[in-house]
Amino acid sequence: MAIILDHVNHIYEPGTPMAFSALTDVNLVIPDGQFIGLIGHTGSGKSTLVQHLNGLLKPTSGSIYYNGADINADGFNKKELRSKVGLVFQYPEHQLFEIDVFTDVCFGPKNLGLDRKEVELRAYAALKQVGLEDEYFYQSPFDLSGGQKRRAAIAGVLAMKPEVLILDEPTAGLDPKGRDEILDQIAALRQETGMTVILVSHSMEDVARYVDRIIVMNKSRVMMDDEPGAVFKRYGELEEVGLAAPQITYIMQALKEKGLSVDTDIINVEEASQAILRALGR
Amino acid sequence: MLRDITLGQYYQTDSVIHRLDPRVKLVTTIVFIVSLFVVEGAAGYVLAGLFLLLVIRLSKVPVRFMMRGMKSIAFLLVIAVIFNLFLTQGEVVVSFWKLTITKEGIYYAGCMAVRLVFLIMGSSVMTLTTTPNNLTDGLEKLLGPLKVIRVPVHEIAMMMSIALRFIPILLEETDKIMKAQIARGADFESGNLIKRVKSMVPLLVPLFISAFRRANDLATAMEARCYRGGDHRTKMKPLVYHRRDLMAYGTVCAYLALCIVAGRII
Repeated sequence: MAIILDHVNHIYEPGTPMAFSALTDVNLVIPDGQFIGLIGHTGSGKSTLVQHLNGLLKPTSGSIYYNGADINADGFNKKELRSKVGLVFQYPEHQLFEIDVFTDVCFGPKNLGLDRKEVELRAYAALKQVGLEDEYFYQSPFDLSGGQKRRAAIAGVLAMKPEVLILDEPTAGLDPKGRDEILDQIAALRQETGMTVILVSHSMEDVARYVDRIIVMNKSRVMMDDEPGAVFKRYGELEEVGLAAPQITYIMQALKEKGLSVDTDIINVEEASQAILRALGR
Repeated sequence: MLRDITLGQYYQTDSVIHRLDPRVKLVTTIVFIVSLFVVEGAAGYVLAGLFLLLVIRLSKVPVRFMMRGMKSIAFLLVIAVIFNLFLTQGEVVVSFWKLTITKEGIYYAGCMAVRLVFLIMGSSVMTLTTTPNNLTDGLEKLLGPLKVIRVPVHEIAMMMSIALRFIPILLEETDKIMKAQIARGADFESGNLIKRVKSMVPLLVPLFISAFRRANDLATAMEARCYRGGDHRTKMKPLVYHRRDLMAYGTVCAYLALCIVAGRII
C-alpha cells in the first residue's frame, strides 16, 4: 500500500512559447507511514509534484498509483482519493470562508457525504488534534491570529481523516515560535495516527529534526532521495543548488576536520552536544 | 482553464506596435471598434479583418496566443449568435417546431459573431502590446482637457491601471483557492444551477477577502511613498510623439476613409 510515481512528467502550457517543464522523469515510491521532507528551491517543482499526488494536476506523461490503482484512469474516484490524500496548500488560511471555525472545518467531511453527527465528531477531533481550544470554535475564522488561522485550516483537511497528509510550506510567514509549534504538532499527530506525512519546505533546518527521508528537488528533477544524514553529507551539492544543510552538519564537519572524532550524521542539537562531550572525554 | 483569459495581459516582445505611443494605440482601438459598428456589408468586414491581421502581424504576438483569449468569450458569442439567428424577423429559410431561421437572421448572426471576435481581438492587441503603466499615461494625456471641467482624470486613469494590473493576479488567486477547496472535497462542476451557485461561496468569500487585503496593502504602499493624486505630478518619461506615431495616425485615417468609402460603394 503506497503511492507510486512512474516516470511522471509535467509540462505547463505545452505547445506555446511559454511551455515550461515543471517535472521531469520523477520516479518515487512513498510507503505507508513514512515522514518525508520534500525540499527544493522556489520553482523546483515541489508544489507541482504534490498537486499530482491527489489528482489536482494530471501528468503530461507517466502514471501515478495509489494503493495499486492508477489515479488518472477513467472511472477512478478522485473525490475519494482527495479525502485519502489530504493536501494543505501554502497559506491555507486564505481558504477559510465560513462564519465560524467549527463550520469551516466541517466543510471537508460534509463534502464526503457523511451524516451530520459523524461530520461534527470529525471536526471536533481535528480541531483538538491541531491544538485549538474550544473557546475559538464559534469565533469567526477571520478574528483568529495568523498561527491559529493556519491551525484551523489544517484541521479542515485533517477532518477528512486522510491516510496521507501533505503540507505545502506549512510554516511560511510564521514567527519562529509559531513555526516550532506547528511542526511539533504535526510530528505528534503523525506519532498518534501513524499516517504518512509529506512536508514540503525550502528549509532543511525545518525538516531535519522530524523526517525519516528527504527528497531534494532541483530544476524539475529529483536530485536526492535518502535518509537525512546521507543527504546532509552532500552539503556541497546542496549549496550548489542554493540549499544548505542544517547548521549542526556544518559544525560537526568542522569539528571532525579539526581532528575531533564525532559522528557527522548527527542532525539534532541534543545528540550533537552529547557526541561532542563524549569525544572530549567528559 | 483560467489561464486562458488573456484580457489585460501584457505580452513581452519588441515590435513596432509595442514601441508606438500609447495614445496612438488607444485612439486606434477606439476608431477600430467604432468602424466595426459603422461598416456595412462584407467588404467592410474584410477590410477590418485585414487591418486587424496587419496589426497582429506587426505586433509579433502569436495568433495562437490571441486565440486563447477567445475561449473565454465563446459562451457570450454562442448566445449572441443564437439570439440573432432565431429571433430576427424576415424571409424564412428553415423552419422547424417553433423555431425559424431567416435570411436576415443568418446575416445578423454572422455580423454579430465577426464583430464580437474582432472587438475582443482588437482590444487585446492593445493590452497585449502596452504595459499598464503606459496605458494609464496615454489615457491620462488623452483625457487631459477634461480636467478643465473638474473631471478627476488622473484618478480615473490610476484606477483603470490598477484594475487591469489586478486581473491576472486575481485569476491566479482564484485558481489557487479553487484547488484548495477541491482538495477539501468541493465540487464546482456537477449539480444543478442552484447547487452550483451555492458551491461558489467557498470560492468567492476567500477571493473577496484576498482582494480587499491586497487593496489595503496597495493603499498603504502608495501612501508610504507619499502618493497624493495627480496634482503637480511630473513624469519621468513624458509622452512624446515620434515619426512612427504620426505614420500610424496616417494609417488609421486611411483605414477609416476606406471603411467609409467601402460602406458607400457596396
